[in-house]
Amino acid sequence: MISIQNVTFGYRKHETVLNDFSLDFGQSGIYGLLGKNGTGKSTLLYLMMGLLRPQKGSVTVDGIDATLRRPEVLQEMFLVPEEYDLPAISLHQYVRAIKPFYPRFSENLLKQCLANFEMGTDINLGVLSMGQKKKVYMSVVLAANTRYLLMDEPTNGLDILSKSQFRKAIIDGMNDEKTIIVSTHQVHDVELLLDHVCIIERNKVLLNEPLIEKDQAINLEELFIKTVEKCTI
Amino acid sequence: MQFKDHKPIFLQIAELICDEILGGKYPEGERLPSVREYAAEVEVNVNTVVRSFEWLSQKDIIYNKRGMGYYTSLGAKETVRESLREAFFQETLPEFVGQMQKLGITVEEVEQAMK
Repeated sequence: MISIQNVTFGYRKHETVLNDFSLDFGQSGIYGLLGKNGTGKSTLLYLMMGLLRPQKGSVTVDGIDATLRRPEVLQEMFLVPEEYDLPAISLHQYVRAIKPFYPRFSENLLKQCLANFEMGTDINLGVLSMGQKKKVYMSVVLAANTRYLLMDEPTNGLDILSKSQFRKAIIDGMNDEKTIIVSTHQVHDVELLLDHVCIIERNKVLLNEPLIEKDQAINLEELFIKTVEKCTI
Repeated sequence: MQFKDHKPIFLQIAELICDEILGGKYPEGERLPSVREYAAEVEVNVNTVVRSFEWLSQKDIIYNKRGMGYYTSLGAKETVRESLREAFFQETLPEFVGQMQKLGITVEEVEQAMK
């Protein structure tokens, strides 16, 4: 469980992004973290990883303070930022370098994910296009097999076919013990994957509930717009 | 796969599986893909497919062998065909007739067009 309790955080002195903000990710499952630009979605992910420190309040992962960045916590967490660079080495070298940090790293899952993305294994990371880079990194991340996986706008920069491959990879890489948190404003790309949706806006959690269909399909975009409008009025 | 807005996704997936059974993709008595495999194929949450499979087994179209997964029931094709025929007379036809009345189209005209 990841627990964010009464967190205040800002990048500048008198401007807070989050103010006395609380949110829990209790059960395992795939969470969609939705919110307009600048509502603090990415900030939240970095706080959970312990890469940012709350000015007030606390963030804990399985009861352990995230800012301590303890190895036993970090070996079960992976963050995929919105933008990243990969070193100009081969995939094999890269995997050899990061594998020791993730005890449940699965070579099989890596192969399967790369196959889903129609990518081979004999790749040099230095010569990839942005889309290919995303596919390879996403495969490595899923193969790391951590219990917590945080992804910031993972479908940005992917074409339609790759988005579909991405969804398949997530389903293949998911199991009952994992918690995947996907921050996005591209609601359509992931809505059918989600177990749970959190909508945040101006320091508040507007909606935080499991997605269970009743007699109608859930239109997440509509739900999002309605929820945000209700709060603005 | 493209889903429509007005109907629950789990039902749309169940209907898709019905179509596939009718088309012979999953022969009677044979094993269906696992929930996870099917979820990856149609790109939806695993729990949604669980609901589709449960719905289909309530209708006796598929059945669960403990620990082995789901299988197409014997007679599943007939069951599916029956329920689709029922749906045709209860939903498709009234809508069709309604359109005919609205546009003043006669049965003869339709018969002519069908030839």
